Amino acid sequence: MKFTIVVHSAPYSSQAATSAWQFCNALLDSGHEIYRLFFYQDGVHNTTQLCVPPQDEINLPLEWQKLIKRHDIDAISCVSSALKRGILDGTEADRHEKNCHNLADATSLSGLGQLIEACLVADRVINFGD
Amino acid sequence: MSNSERKTLTFISRSSPHSSGKAKACLDMVLSAAVFDQTVNYIFMDDGVFQLLDKQTPATIHARNVSAAFPALALYGVEMVYVDEEALLDRGLHSDSLLADVEIKVCSAQQIQALIRQSETVFNL
Repeated sequence: MKFTIVVHSAPYSSQAATSAWQFCNALLDSGHEIYRLFFYQDGVHNTTQLCVPPQDEINLPLEWQKLIKRHDIDAISCVSSALKRGILDGTEADRHEKNCHNLADATSLSGLGQLIEACLVADRVINFGD
Repeated sequence: MSNSERKTLTFISRSSPHSSGKAKACLDMVLSAAVFDQTVNYIFMDDGVFQLLDKQTPATIHARNVSAAFPALALYGVEMVYVDEEALLDRGLHSDSLLADVEIKVCSAQQIQALIRQSETVFNL
């Protein structure tokens, strides 16, 4: 089955993002397909390169990147959610004259149209967080 | 767009307008879905019903006026929005105090249940 996964919550603030990551792993292990992974609202914090948790805690943004790369998942961080929360790629950093950027490299910034399109294509849309 | 068909997407907005970004996040999804020419149900439940109150002045708290966009929904093909009757009653609100320039249908729990049942995808925000 084709799934679209939407993550609305930041890592560590709630369990939702970790549950989403575990759900994605379980889906792929069961032979399902992830059509698109979409990070919305505070969920964009899952796509930073600069997360440094304590050593005895999971580095969730890093685990997302490993999963996305291993399975070549189409992963998108909502551009308007990301920009206002300080998650930028190189292009946006240049455009807004910032001297650094932090979006994880296996993820791209795009608009809500990508979420809606993914809803139309997928057999199931599963939301994590609120 | 390949592999896709017209679907019914339901968006349930449950959050008050200015306590978090959820009301705006839900509205943005509704508008995007409408642009994609899909059937959209926009339902207000729980504290989300406060978004439909008339005469809000959120600029005083540096918040965006989410409900200012509601009259434009019809231009996007979202002709009416649905509001949970019980949520209004619980909060002592009457449909008279809601936005006048938006087509608002007050619904029973059963009617909302039917809208959800007809939907391929449901978002709760």
